[in-house]
Amino acid sequence: MTARLIGDPVRRKEDRRFLTGKGHYTDDINRAGQVYAVFVRSPHAHAEIKSINTKRAAGAPGIVAVYTGADLVKAGIGTLPCGWGVKNKDGSPMAEPPHPVLASGKVRHVGDPVAVVIAESKAAAEEAAERVDVTYKELPSVTAVDAAVKPGAPQLYDAVKGNLCYDWHIGDKAAADAAFAKAAHVTKLDIVNNRLVPNAMEPRAYIGDYDRATGEHTLFTTCQNPHAIRLLMGAFVLHVPEHKLRVVAPDVGGGFGSKIYHYAEEAAVTWAAAQLGRPVKWTAERSESFLSDAHGRDHVTHAELALDLSGKFLGLRVSTLANLGGYLSTFAAAVPTYLYATLLAGTYTTPAIYAEVKGVFTNTVPVDAYRGAGRPEASYLLERLVDKAANEIQIDPAELRRKNFIPKDAYPYQTPVALAYDSGDYFATLDMALKAADYAGFAKRRDDAKRHGKLRGIGLATYIEACGVAPSAVAGALGARAGLYEVAAVRVNPTGSVTVLTGTHSHGQGHETTFAQVVAERLGIPIDQVDVVHGDTAKTPFGMGTYGSRSLPVGGSALVKALDKVEAKGKKIAAHLLEAAEADIEFKDGKFTVAGTDKSKSFGEVALAAYIPHNYPLETLEPGLDETAYYDPKNFTFPSGAHVAEVEIDRDTGVVELLKFTAADDFGRIVNPMIVEGQVHGGLAQGIGQALFEECRYDPESGQLVTGSFMDYRMPRAGDLPSFAVATHATLCTHNPLGVKGCGEAGAIGAPGAVMNAVLNALSTVGVSDLQMPATPERVWRAINDSKAAA
Amino acid sequence: MYNFEYHKAKTIADASAMITQKSEAKLVAGGMTLIPTLKLRLAKPSDLVDLNGLPELKGIKREGSAVVIGAMTRHVEVAESAEVQKAIPALAHLASHIGDPAVRNRGTLGGSISNNDPVADYPAAVVALNATVITNKRKIAADAFFKGMFETALEPGEIVTAVSFPMPEKAAYMKFPNPASRYAIVGVFVAKHKDGVRVAVTGAGPCVFRQKDMEAALAKNFSADAIKSIAQKQDGLNGDIHASPEYRAHLVGVMARRAVAAAG
Ligand SMILES: Cc1cc2nc3c(=O)[nH]c(=O)nc-3n(C[C@H](O)[C@H](O)[C@H](O)COP(=O)(O)OP(=O)(O)OC[C@H]3O[C@@H](n4cnc5c(N)ncnc54)[C@H](O)[C@@H]3O)c2cc1C
Repeated sequence: MTARLIGDPVRRKEDRRFLTGKGHYTDDINRAGQVYAVFVRSPHAHAEIKSINTKRAAGAPGIVAVYTGADLVKAGIGTLPCGWGVKNKDGSPMAEPPHPVLASGKVRHVGDPVAVVIAESKAAAEEAAERVDVTYKELPSVTAVDAAVKPGAPQLYDAVKGNLCYDWHIGDKAAADAAFAKAAHVTKLDIVNNRLVPNAMEPRAYIGDYDRATGEHTLFTTCQNPHAIRLLMGAFVLHVPEHKLRVVAPDVGGGFGSKIYHYAEEAAVTWAAAQLGRPVKWTAERSESFLSDAHGRDHVTHAELALDLSGKFLGLRVSTLANLGGYLSTFAAAVPTYLYATLLAGTYTTPAIYAEVKGVFTNTVPVDAYRGAGRPEASYLLERLVDKAANEIQIDPAELRRKNFIPKDAYPYQTPVALAYDSGDYFATLDMALKAADYAGFAKRRDDAKRHGKLRGIGLATYIEACGVAPSAVAGALGARAGLYEVAAVRVNPTGSVTVLTGTHSHGQGHETTFAQVVAERLGIPIDQVDVVHGDTAKTPFGMGTYGSRSLPVGGSALVKALDKVEAKGKKIAAHLLEAAEADIEFKDGKFTVAGTDKSKSFGEVALAAYIPHNYPLETLEPGLDETAYYDPKNFTFPSGAHVAEVEIDRDTGVVELLKFTAADDFGRIVNPMIVEGQVHGGLAQGIGQALFEECRYDPESGQLVTGSFMDYRMPRAGDLPSFAVATHATLCTHNPLGVKGCGEAGAIGAPGAVMNAVLNALSTVGVSDLQMPATPERVWRAINDSKAAA
Repeated sequence: MYNFEYHKAKTIADASAMITQKSEAKLVAGGMTLIPTLKLRLAKPSDLVDLNGLPELKGIKREGSAVVIGAMTRHVEVAESAEVQKAIPALAHLASHIGDPAVRNRGTLGGSISNNDPVADYPAAVVALNATVITNKRKIAADAFFKGMFETALEPGEIVTAVSFPMPEKAAYMKFPNPASRYAIVGVFVAKHKDGVRVAVTGAGPCVFRQKDMEAALAKNFSADAIKSIAQKQDGLNGDIHASPEYRAHLVGVMARRAVAAAG
């Protein structure tokens, strides 16, 4: 019998396929008779479309079809829906201007698609796309979120005053104001959360197909949530009922959120395939990904923290401008509100919190959830603020945090911003991280560095995230327009092997291994007897997909519920076979045993009996052993942790070198520590990327994307990163059967604060007290110079 | 990419004839610059004339007190050459820091200097080492070769066949890479020759240039201290999202001092 499986670093079942180049991605799929789509995109940030002349394109060699926004409108095609509605302070709904599949009337960002050209080859389609003549009347544009809310700023929509999608708030303003009135000290911070481009390794790719015989549409797509895409595209855009629409998300090479959303190109190829009776394929060029994948972050915030004499936090006030881009993407409205401001209590007991967030349209690519989604913004803001307060009142940053942590015995803990934390131990993770990072020995390292002419700094950040999205009723009350439960089916095959069908989707997370571990341990069968299937609406029952670190907390819980049902039915069958009472049957290590006897039936024998029911209680029990469960979580899960970064700065050039990074995280129970470590590493790389390197920049005059390729957009690379020291400390989630919390986003949430606090700690010795991300060489060099000049 | 005719040149003369006859024809060497330009549909050559397959353009040899490197020699070959490492270690070091492994495995010396990207590394070595560019028609002195941004002394039909680098007494190259592309934001090549010091700066301006104030100071006293008070003027320097002219000017000083220190 297999030993302990949950908690073992089982090698990833999917790696043989991926490492030998046998992964099967959307672009690897080719259908008979396939044609190729190329999108004609706006070269302008903001312009009126005066005319589109497709005549020259229609005559190009190899051309199959050209469609514009007008063709889609004529065909009754709907607009891309937003999956979350946020309310204004006064209770009125947010502004929700339509997001057409192909722009009509106006373009609102560089890269906005205005036409699709379909041809016999990709080269022919590219050639023909150049022959689509679009006449634009350029309009003034605005790309920066703070500029877009100024009076006189260019307006994206006639019906949206001041580019304001919503003006939302949370918390108790009067209580917060009262806290500030009695504060001994107030720390203020203006902070920018830099805009990021997700850059999954695999670019987006879609194939639309249509079967004239059955009337069934198929979309192969690089998405994280095939059922959600089927729902959104079928119901709102193409008006195709679910039973005639199949969505397949095969192997997908990374998503980080950017592949959650329903994109225009998906709808366009699916619709065009039906028009033409031929499969239509589109694969993004990398430069197209920069111009059309939803971007992340992009906040400008003013925040204030009120403290009493002893350093206890009394109140927090936050005012944020969040850039939503030119259109509302699928989850755009929720990210800077319910996924951000609800996290502003962090790991602290701050009793009064008030936050207001303005969601703002600008002439940029739509902004939506990107690894962490709202929570990195909240955590970065808080941790910078806490460090600044610590400096101002001259108290060790670790000490100030401990003073304000939610006590270990305070759970469940209700925050002033809607969430109820179920478990955690922030003292333990902070202690672990500080010890592993040798926080106590830092002063010596700083002095050594000084002798070599370097500025050395150490910085820490704690974080909390709300994961395992989400209790459907709660989410619904907050504006979600879908349920957020998860689904799993455990199909026991007649000879005892198991096929698991899940509604979550793995695009790098290793579900095929982790979920199989859960099944193998529970059923007492070898892990190679378990296969996990996901990503095809024709195979898996239903599901909401993978994001928000939800797959194991929500999908894994559905899996456990389905396993409960398998076990319960197995007991009934075993009781019959063993001629015992059902209540006397125990299931352990893959065997059904009559309690207190050596009479038993193996799991395989019971499975066989279920499918060959010759000796079977057919009057009371259906044959078969195939159970499905839906699981709606009772609460969010709350992973938390402490991260410590240590850096050295070259004063002459401003180059920051990250020397050490230590993470101590609480993810609840760990099913596969190797996979968890990998997830943490990846998240840290992205968080460090945000702190030190990555910044999506638009030219403020022209609205052009300046960082439109890897020649200018600086991704983190292996050589930039030290060997991470990562560890975990588990307090179990109290409300899901596995006790798991989720680990996919933590790295990206904790790292920016830790790294920037380290940079500022190093720079504090030369009088620098503020710096925005990313801490690029010139920015750091300037900060040093400016403080020299000021001194 | 637009359609073009592809030709694999059989001789240098053959290649030269083809690019002279067809006005829209282009040579392709490593393709590291040209192919991306084609893929982005930014260039529309009628013909591509491939220099790969001409053995006479490849290789590294010592000729007296110079190292002669064929135009089609890849960056990785220069970086790993025992000959170059021994004769002019600074040149091997420079080649080893160009781009990333993929770029170094394809990109060539001839392609790099013919393209004369203002942020390329090799132009600094060619100028500081006072190298001679050898073409199918003539020999061109370093100072006369690089004319301006993406501009060289090459005439239509002219092909770089090799570059002859005289061995300096000592030399070093210090590069501040563009964090995204790894091209030079500022690269300073300092070389001490029998008859004087040459300091070539790439990345900072529209074209590689010599920092003559530093050259004069270093000729008198070859030490980092000697150039401490020489400030590079920021007028006319490049500015982009990664580095302003002011920052580049500052980096010229830092990289020059570090190069002098490294040269020993
Ligand atoms: C991601 C990336 C990073 C890079 N980083 C750096 C860097 O850090 N430093 C750096 O210096 N460079 C860098 N490069 C440039 C690269 O190293 C090559 O030197 C450059 O692309 C040109 O060389 P090539 O052999 O690829 O030339 P090609 O792209 O084939 O040709 C370039 C041009 O030169 C012409 N040409 C080629 N050979 C000859 C010849 N013998 N005679 C006359 N004309 C000729 C061609 O017609 C063409 O116009 C980078 C490139 C990339 C893609």
